[in-house]
Amino acid sequence: MMRWSPFKKSSFLFLLFATVIFCVGPIVWQIVTSLKPDAELTLLPPILPEKPTLDHYVTVFREQPFSKIIVNSLVVASITTLLCLMIGSLASFALAWLDFKGKGVILGIALAISMFPPVAIVSPLYLIIQALDLRDTWWALVMTHTTFQLPLTLWILTSFFQEIPGEIYKAAQIDGCTPFQAFYKILLPLSAPGLSTAAILVFIFSWNEFLFALTFTTTEASRTIPVGIALFPGVHEVPYGDMAAASVIVILPVILVTLIFQRRIVEGLTAGAVKG
Amino acid sequence: MKSTDARLSYLLLAPALFILGSMALFPILVVIWLSLQRRLPIFNIATFVGVENYHFLVLDARFWNSLVNTLYFTTVSVVLELILGLAIAILLNRPFVARGWMRATLLIPWIIPTVVSARMWEWLYNVEFGILNYLLIIMGLSKEPLNWLGSPSWAIHAAIFMEVWKTTPFAAILFMAGLQTIPTELYHAARVDGATSWVVFRRITLPLLRPVILLVLLFRTLDAFRVFDAVYVLTGGGPANTTETLSIYTYKTLFQTLQFGYGSTLAVAMFGCVILISLVYLKLLGREYWRELAR
Repeated sequence: MMRWSPFKKSSFLFLLFATVIFCVGPIVWQIVTSLKPDAELTLLPPILPEKPTLDHYVTVFREQPFSKIIVNSLVVASITTLLCLMIGSLASFALAWLDFKGKGVILGIALAISMFPPVAIVSPLYLIIQALDLRDTWWALVMTHTTFQLPLTLWILTSFFQEIPGEIYKAAQIDGCTPFQAFYKILLPLSAPGLSTAAILVFIFSWNEFLFALTFTTTEASRTIPVGIALFPGVHEVPYGDMAAASVIVILPVILVTLIFQRRIVEGLTAGAVKG
Repeated sequence: MKSTDARLSYLLLAPALFILGSMALFPILVVIWLSLQRRLPIFNIATFVGVENYHFLVLDARFWNSLVNTLYFTTVSVVLELILGLAIAILLNRPFVARGWMRATLLIPWIIPTVVSARMWEWLYNVEFGILNYLLIIMGLSKEPLNWLGSPSWAIHAAIFMEVWKTTPFAAILFMAGLQTIPTELYHAARVDGATSWVVFRRITLPLLRPVILLVLLFRTLDAFRVFDAVYVLTGGGPANTTETLSIYTYKTLFQTLQFGYGSTLAVAMFGCVILISLVYLKLLGREYWRELAR
């Protein structure tokens, strides 16, 4: 960068700045909105709030069942993540280390499932969930989220497991390990980065999922954050200040996780796509 | 040894296969079966009507409208994402101090819930109090406030713009990963030979990045084609169905008018489109890999 002419350097910085504004500008505006008192919401200028207030944040928790909705989202996303990791790591162990026919087919089907439109099978799923009497429960969402996050889990874990040489498994067997011992004493600890990558992505996707959550929940008993935000109640018009506050509460933890784990997340996203 | 491996494998795979089979593959068969019925769950009506729903589908102007909307939305947003994403990736593909932070920043629009983004953009697009109109007017780019979400010609573009905002960074991140696989010696050699930036881009970057570009295109096309959350929350399909995509029409048919039969027919039609799109891309990708192998 030292070799650059001042013109080149400043235009690079300008483009960098423009990219940052493009990405975070809308979010910053949402934060600004959440701090404006109601009277100022319909005024432009001023751009920044003249009397910043936390009223909207108080309202969201006091007048809305927002805490319950956050708990629902946390529980659904956590159970989904746990199930995906348990089921996915067993399957990926076989896919990466064991010798059998049909690996390509299984990974191919998993990829196809992750690409098809969820709305296309929501009608049978609705009938299944109704038949199991699971409507408006966490389990309806846990079931559907686990199904649709499992393919991603399989791809990420298999690609991480494959990087651990299979000879370790052979050596463990010679030392008298059962396959299962080799799995949880050797493979799992060695692939902790892969497991956390998968966990972060599955958790975030479940946290964000909307279509199934909208279809299978009817009350606050199981409603998750995206549905809560989409159906944000307003008597005459949308209460933009309260909604901005609710949005900020929901996205700040996600942004925090992203900043901390960005390397892991990028690794997970590129695991299948770029390596081929 | 091999047979014990295989037996163990199937045991380990059983839970995953059971879930995918019962909750993803089996429903596909059911949806085809449902599409051949007149089915209204609340009235307990379920009669087999054969291909009658498909006959209706072909004549259903609203279906064709939603298909055109979806294709327009998909094509325009994917093309924009590709161009912008590549530009951002090339911009960031050099060492500088805050590169990690920059990459994290790129992840943010993509990782926050789509519903939240839609609500956020709804507020940005607000006719009277939205910051977007305010900025356009004070910068002199527009004389009067634009009715982003209310006018039939603007609404779909407003939705596309939001989609581009949300997914361009994702494309950029995959392109950045792809760019890193290109050996820097190639660039140095080209510079020594006196190639201009444009020639370097055309002759080195683009051809070597082709497989990654095709993969990103495939993922993004299928993803944009099934768009639901973003548009459903932003416009609800309006005004006058100008932003109604296939997903939204299917969803409304299933859960607002409660026609499980015809709704499932729409779902099958969506499947058909997705398979068609995938086949086209797989053919392109396949040829690409074949050429790679032949080399």
